[in-house]
Amino acid sequence: MRQSRGIEFGTGVFMLLGIGALLFLTTQTANIDAYGSGEGYEVTARFNHVGTLKVRSPVSISGVTVGRVKSIDFDSVRLEAVVTLRIDSQFDQIPDDSDASVLTAGLLGGQYIGIEPGGSETFLADQSELEFTQSALILEELVGKYLFGGNSEN
Amino acid sequence: MKYITELFERFREFAQTFGASQLFLLRMLWLTPAALLRPGLVIRQIHNAGVLSLTIVMVCGLFVGMVLGLHGYDTLMQYGSEESLGLVAAKSLLRELGPVVTALLFAGRAGTALTSEIGLMKATDQLSALEMMAVDPVKRIMVPRFIGGVVAMPLLAALFSAVGIFGAYLFGVPVMGVDEGAFWTQMQDGMDLFDDILSGILKSFVFGVAASLLAVYEGQAAIPTAEGVSRATTRTVVKTAMSILILDFIITALLFNGA
Repeated sequence: MRQSRGIEFGTGVFMLLGIGALLFLTTQTANIDAYGSGEGYEVTARFNHVGTLKVRSPVSISGVTVGRVKSIDFDSVRLEAVVTLRIDSQFDQIPDDSDASVLTAGLLGGQYIGIEPGGSETFLADQSELEFTQSALILEELVGKYLFGGNSEN
Repeated sequence: MKYITELFERFREFAQTFGASQLFLLRMLWLTPAALLRPGLVIRQIHNAGVLSLTIVMVCGLFVGMVLGLHGYDTLMQYGSEESLGLVAAKSLLRELGPVVTALLFAGRAGTALTSEIGLMKATDQLSALEMMAVDPVKRIMVPRFIGGVVAMPLLAALFSAVGIFGAYLFGVPVMGVDEGAFWTQMQDGMDLFDDILSGILKSFVFGVAASLLAVYEGQAAIPTAEGVSRATTRTVVKTAMSILILDFIITALLFNGA
């Protein structure tokens, strides 16, 4: 009897350790906030080019992450990319004339959406659209402008 | 001509054992609910498969993590991005090394013990004795061992990965001076709950089923002599190692094809 107590105790400790490790891995090593279905509202923005922006890329204002990219679609009528952003509801005072641009974090980092606040008195609400947008910079186009566009100024 | 017949014979033998082990798996799954009614037997087997493998798994995890930290730091430093060390270590541990290395250790530590135990029970007619007493040896002996392995394996793999990340941390942060905050935030930023963590847990579960099934199957299929049991134990390790690496490729290809 005493021996089987020991076995049960050992097994219990082992199971707890294992489950603890699973919890540690799921909550501490990954950013589960990115999946948080917390309160938020959705706004759309249209871009000519989104570069390598991905679903769940961060949306930030002044470098602070205020939301995530929810989906990226293509509008086949207006021939533009339509990006849906999900912004946390605590950031509900973003002026509706703010402009959104696709930016790159660092030299090799992933792309994100940066919002530059405007001066309007009315704020973004659910399903509203960001009118002013700036597409991702494409390296080839920049190089092309530098090579051919630079000469024409002279 | 002789070789062709032999080749054909080999293939027939392979297909037969493969089919027999699958049928055996079905039979064990069918008997699982009945075996769960006797939790004492299952707990004892979780103890045998899990608790007794804890030391080897955690020590190996720590050192694998430290080696990852060393290699990772060395390579990443050339690109001036040693802060990504945490991410590199966590990704490789959770996706691949955790499940695969744990399964191989598990086969060596717990699988061999299962095979030789069941093989010796067969050689000493204990299984027949149970049958004489109208106790189904599959239900009483094999299913609890199988469940024990299946339950223990994902937990062991999770512990391996967690300890491994700690090992990489131990080498990277205090020894090489990587910034502690960057180590964790880069990891949390780059890891994906589904792609990295849940896929690793799924892998370790599948490997647990494969390793436990092979160990139990080889044990009960052993030729009941001293030599037969030793051969069965060897076959367990060889077959488990091969099937785990093959399964690893299949799961990885299914989960990450093109994505």
